[in-house]
Amino acid sequence: MKAFARLYTALDETTATGEKIAALAAYFSAAPPSDAAWAIHFLTGRRPKRLVSSAKLAAWCAEAAAIPLWLFDESHAAVGDLAETITLLLPDTGGAGDESLSHWVEQRLLPLKGQDEAVQRAEMLRTWTELDRRERFVWNKLITGTFRVGASSRLVERALALASGVPEGAIAHRLMGGWEPTPEFFARLVAPDVRDADVSRPYPFYLAYPLEGPLEALGPAEEWIAEWKWDGIRSQLIRRAGRTFLWSRGEELLSGRFPEVEEAGSLLPEGTVLDGELLPWVGDMPLPFAQMQRRIGRKVLGRKILAEVPVVLVAYDLLEQDGHDLRAIPLADRRRRLDALLAATPSAGRLVLSHLVEAADWTEITEARRRARDVGAEGLILKRLGSEYGVGRRKGDWWKWKIEPFSVDAVLMYAMPGSGRRAGLYTDYTFGVWDDGRLVPFAKAYSGLTDEEIRRVDAFVRRNTQEKHGPVRVVKPELVFELAFEGIQVSSRHKSGIAVRFPRMARWRTDKRAEDADSLQTVRALLTPP
Amino acid sequence: MTLLRLTDRGLYCEVGNFFVDPWGAVDRAVVTHAHGDHVAWGCRDYLTSAEGVGVLRSRLGPDARVGGLPFGERISINGVGVSLHPAGHILGSSQVRVEHGGEVWVVSGDYKMDPDPTTTAFEAVRCHTFITESTFGLPIYRWPPQHQVLRDINAWWRGNQEAGKASLLYGYALGKTQRLLAGLDPAIGPILTHGAVERMTAVYRAAGVPLPPTTHAGSLDRRTDWSRALILAPPSADGSVWTRRFGARATAFASGWMLVRGARRRRSLDRGFPLSDHVDWPGLLAAVDATGAERVWVTHGFTGPVVRWLQEQGLDASAVETRFEGDVDDDTGQEDGPEQ
Ligand SMILES: [Zn+2]
Ligand SMILES: [Zn+2]
Repeated sequence: MKAFARLYTALDETTATGEKIAALAAYFSAAPPSDAAWAIHFLTGRRPKRLVSSAKLAAWCAEAAAIPLWLFDESHAAVGDLAETITLLLPDTGGAGDESLSHWVEQRLLPLKGQDEAVQRAEMLRTWTELDRRERFVWNKLITGTFRVGASSRLVERALALASGVPEGAIAHRLMGGWEPTPEFFARLVAPDVRDADVSRPYPFYLAYPLEGPLEALGPAEEWIAEWKWDGIRSQLIRRAGRTFLWSRGEELLSGRFPEVEEAGSLLPEGTVLDGELLPWVGDMPLPFAQMQRRIGRKVLGRKILAEVPVVLVAYDLLEQDGHDLRAIPLADRRRRLDALLAATPSAGRLVLSHLVEAADWTEITEARRRARDVGAEGLILKRLGSEYGVGRRKGDWWKWKIEPFSVDAVLMYAMPGSGRRAGLYTDYTFGVWDDGRLVPFAKAYSGLTDEEIRRVDAFVRRNTQEKHGPVRVVKPELVFELAFEGIQVSSRHKSGIAVRFPRMARWRTDKRAEDADSLQTVRALLTPP
Repeated sequence: MTLLRLTDRGLYCEVGNFFVDPWGAVDRAVVTHAHGDHVAWGCRDYLTSAEGVGVLRSRLGPDARVGGLPFGERISINGVGVSLHPAGHILGSSQVRVEHGGEVWVVSGDYKMDPDPTTTAFEAVRCHTFITESTFGLPIYRWPPQHQVLRDINAWWRGNQEAGKASLLYGYALGKTQRLLAGLDPAIGPILTHGAVERMTAVYRAAGVPLPPTTHAGSLDRRTDWSRALILAPPSADGSVWTRRFGARATAFASGWMLVRGARRRRSLDRGFPLSDHVDWPGLLAAVDATGAERVWVTHGFTGPVVRWLQEQGLDASAVETRFEGDVDDDTGQEDGPEQ
């Protein structure tokens, strides 16, 4: 456990990618396979579910630290993170032993599940006295189901490749989908023979990078294609061994959620993998994403919702055909095969080829982007015709070029403290616009400011609080921010009658006074007819 | 009538007609220490500890009328007995003891219990009413042993040298950086300073505090090899153009706030070292206990939790507003001027 806690600290203390990879690789090289498997499990975000309720942990910690519960709560509010609060409050003891990570997980952590309260309490108090501060923090993170670390899956893959000599692509592929954190799994993960493929396993998704710089810098327009960028669920549809699998980019198996698409998938030839976007689709246009959310929210899909919100897969790419991995051949060839394949599949419109945006040169592409909102898209994706299907988000061959977001100047009305890294600071804000001389709240946002700006807004909030309602502070309407957002819709659930998608702070308008902010009327004018 | 009361210009002693750490210009100000949130400009007369005259003057300029009172020596201001007692916070920091008609009040200012060779150690003073700071008034704040923190900083400095990186260590220009200077190992490499730090360090040396030699980084050629150096700078220098000259560098902040991971992470620093010039939770409770006070006023920080805790222990405790809210970062360090 000490080595893993040290790894956690090392990852936590550096922002340099190289140092993170080095720390990870050193850990994987030295750890026994049973520990390495668990480490990968946790580092790639496969967290155990919360095993003990927060309320119980708080009560037991307060007991061990000899403080009243209200003081625990005050401490928790200041720290923001439950696991860390407990770590800081408990007396410093322990650290003498050093059992392995797998021992702690398999013999101590997992057995807590379903135990009665008295057993859990005794176990937790015992554990807290056995571990040192660093180990205790990791343990508490695991117990509370909030283990998160500053290393992406991509870094873990790179470190594993470095430690094992197996190519990164093979590691990434083997980490997709379902697996159990066993020593056998770790052995397979770093096995030198890379011709394996689990039947259900998707390929790592290749993601476009936000466009930077002028289009001309990409070279001749003839070497590129443009597709619409859709706001749906990026997915892979897999047909292998007589079975169909639908995976989301979040590595979630979507079985049963989109029966119409799975049904169409069963018509695909053996050994096929499509990459595409699940979209609610009627005619040749997507429905607003809110319609998709209606569907996602349901446990049971009735006939009515299936008829009202039919979903299709807009196919972007063909990753596997006849069981062969096509990722290394040029995009132009993959598209040609994809086109032929879909034409030959009687999917009743459930599998739709992603159409190319017709444009002869960069000027026409620029114009096409302006039409994106009219077709219900978020912008364009530009792909190099000769590009491979890579792994993860990389610069160079695939770029996303979103439409300019909507923007509105709004006034800060309410503030709430953030959590985690932003704990103890007022970072979650509600903004209002003017309606008949009064401010109406219309959007919440918490991202877009620099740390320095956050500190300044935080200080403002503290000195200009007019009312407190629980954690929410009503502040003097004085600060103006330019909010950017991607979509806007009529909503009966919001006071303003409007809901916006992905709002964030684009700029702090220190040059504007509250009365200069926009009005609800201006915001309503942004609504486009559905 | 109480001996001290809160007015819109700060704590006021009506019988003696003087203020303690006023928030604006008054006739007569008794100043606990020279940090920005305790000193107001433009007062007619200042009184501070004899040890603290130099630092206070460096902030107020040569024209200010600053009187120095040796620790423990008692004077009378309009019939009110006033004496100053060491607070252990920074050079010259004091607690103000006020006595009239058999009633004794003590204003702690900022204080700490940890040993610090750059200032006279805190002494508990018996009183009826104790006005205490509470910057770190929560049980999560328990300072790790100082020698361990200093050892970690030394190790970090050595590690950076091996990686060919300059070590940029942030701490408040007045107090913290001099404490660091006195505690770090000058044999590891050269110690360089930001202008604001160099100025305050000179004031400390003039007051007779022994500190290892330092060089003002601004006086060196920009092509200097910085990779073996530890550079002490105020936190306001973080991210500034000034830091770029050091090329490959690691950054760290020495502050009590660094005990909490979130505070460390939102500053995007490589490291945070929990070293504070304020009292921690156990220290605060011990200090209150040692004064024997029945009444405690709590200011400057986590007033709510400290008041409630003390009330639950049977004391007459209440919160008193101060100029700054406590959970902004430590003393504001207004002395941290821009550096070219
Ligand atoms: Zn201070
Ligand atoms: Zn202060």
